[in-house]
Amino acid sequence: MAARKPAAQQPASFQWSAENQRWCDEQTKKYPEGRQASCVIPFLWRGQKQDGWCSIPMMEVIARQLSMPYIRVYEVATFYTMFNLSPVGENFVQLCGTTPCMLRGAHELREVCKKVIGAENHVSDDGKLSWLEVECLGACTNAPMIQISTKEGDHYYEDLTPEIFEDLLAKIRRGEEVKIGTQHPGRHTSDPEGENTTLTDPTLYDGSRAQPLKEIPNAQPATPAE
Amino acid sequence: MLEDKDRIFTNLYGLHDWRLEAAKQRGAWNGTADLIRMGRDWIIQQIKDSGLRGRGGAGFPTGLKWSFMPKEVGDRPHYLVVNADESEPGTCKDREMMRHDPHLFIEGCLIASFSMKANACYIYIRGEYVDERNNLQAAIDEAYAAGLLGKNAAGSGWDFDLYVHHGAGAYICGEETALLESLEGKKGQPRLKPPFPAGAGLYGCPTTVNNVESIAVVPTILRRGADWFQKFGRDNNKGTKVFCISGHVNRPCNVEEAMSIPLRQLIDTHCGGVRGGWENLKAVIPGGSSVPLLPKDICDDVLMDFDALRDVRSGLGTAAVIVMDKSTDVVRAISRISYFYKHESCGQCTPCREGTGWMWRVLERMAVGDSTTAEIDKLLDVAGQIEGHTICALGDAAAWPVQGLIRHFRGEIEERINSYRADRGPVAMTGVAAE
Repeated sequence: MAARKPAAQQPASFQWSAENQRWCDEQTKKYPEGRQASCVIPFLWRGQKQDGWCSIPMMEVIARQLSMPYIRVYEVATFYTMFNLSPVGENFVQLCGTTPCMLRGAHELREVCKKVIGAENHVSDDGKLSWLEVECLGACTNAPMIQISTKEGDHYYEDLTPEIFEDLLAKIRRGEEVKIGTQHPGRHTSDPEGENTTLTDPTLYDGSRAQPLKEIPNAQPATPAE
Repeated sequence: MLEDKDRIFTNLYGLHDWRLEAAKQRGAWNGTADLIRMGRDWIIQQIKDSGLRGRGGAGFPTGLKWSFMPKEVGDRPHYLVVNADESEPGTCKDREMMRHDPHLFIEGCLIASFSMKANACYIYIRGEYVDERNNLQAAIDEAYAAGLLGKNAAGSGWDFDLYVHHGAGAYICGEETALLESLEGKKGQPRLKPPFPAGAGLYGCPTTVNNVESIAVVPTILRRGADWFQKFGRDNNKGTKVFCISGHVNRPCNVEEAMSIPLRQLIDTHCGGVRGGWENLKAVIPGGSSVPLLPKDICDDVLMDFDALRDVRSGLGTAAVIVMDKSTDVVRAISRISYFYKHESCGQCTPCREGTGWMWRVLERMAVGDSTTAEIDKLLDVAGQIEGHTICALGDAAAWPVQGLIRHFRGEIEERINSYRADRGPVAMTGVAAE
């Protein structure tokens, strides 16, 4: 298990922005009546986007909103590792360190983080950056990779080398735009570098597949399913 | 070798537009209402006949799973829940399907829900996939606007609502009952089974949980016929499959191939071979971090399907192939996997909560050699005590990689211990191994 606890310093209160309040009201409609507790993860996530992290007052506001006991929201916030229980940098770098990324050099990226940002979970003096090693982010064919979370969005940056990564962090610190996704010039997404070995047949894309079906295969009278 | 014309995910790499019109040009939403009009029994029978086995790791026959749902809707509604909590290390296929081919997937959700009499479906996507979630939501909005979802979805006469829900970074929520707990707004801790979700799942209602890939292939199977899908792969292992090949290959990638393709062919054809050549191969984890690794001599001719990999005491899992060349410190690689399971254990069952951390700490010491050969047996014993003694399969998943390591690379661990000891002299091990 991951050991997690709320920050010692907590704000006095939490309030949704008007836009987020409206968003919350919309979200509750996705779930059947009386099941509004289903919204707890999306609400905490939205709250984290608003304030940058999840504070105890925020959890309590959400608990009241969803008619949940406080403890049920505390335990959700501490169980799920994407909820930051203390403030993070404006750009929160999550470095994937699990085996597929490790095999392709995640440890070198970790050194870059230490050099450029400082210790893990430490917010840089300018408040722009902090970093954390996380578990598999699910972009293993583009390893090694990181995710950077800001209030605006959460993007993957893939196929990194220490040099590219250091450059990317410098650009982000200066507020420059950085290409999202793979940083490898020879790749588009999770395709192999260079020439693709599949999906090169032009007839897949010429609209021939949109022709009405001549017949439905095996359209004999249905036999009851077991 | 699979030909392009038989590939289901024609926009796997996102080289083309993912939006509705372009997806339709590639064949999505073609004749959906006609397929639905063939009826539930026909759809389920077709999926059974196709031999489709669940693509989320366990390989349970999809059509059979669907037939476990009650035949009639009683006082509780039915639900389809799609497991898009893709978190198994090495696996990155559902992500590509959701962001690049979302309409095939959405269409699959409609057809599958119809065949199980579900008027609502929730897609539970992992929290980290934020851009993917936004893409998928945009595709769903498009489908609603085009009348493909909602009342009388796609003109089929079936009312259907599709919702995207997300998690917040817990691997355990990929376990179906933990996923349901999480979707209900709780900690993701697995439930005891029975009752199975088909009896009492989401909100206590009959529920089927399927992987993204299992659902997304359904429309194409129906359009092209169960016998078409049957053409690929060996008996009991039919169809096409998206493989994710990562690690020490020259060109890591995702690729859709026929089931039962030889591992070596998969790597040599699509990934430019192992870094430094096939002879430089040390080991492969063939199905995501949970399955035991295989040394090179087995990799030489093993086939990539459920049964062939089970026969060599590993598994196809999610078909996430993690390749390690001779430069790999295999003990450290497995130790990092053990750390992953320690981090992701939900803490509910003692063998897993305590055992995952214990195994990791021992492996960290073994990685430098600070251990004894007797401790290897102790580690194997503890792994066996975790396996099968927990509510869900995370305990098994934590034990298997360790067992695989000892099965195939015991000599390497011993060598490391001996050389460490040679420098320092023998040490009498105390009773407590881990701390």
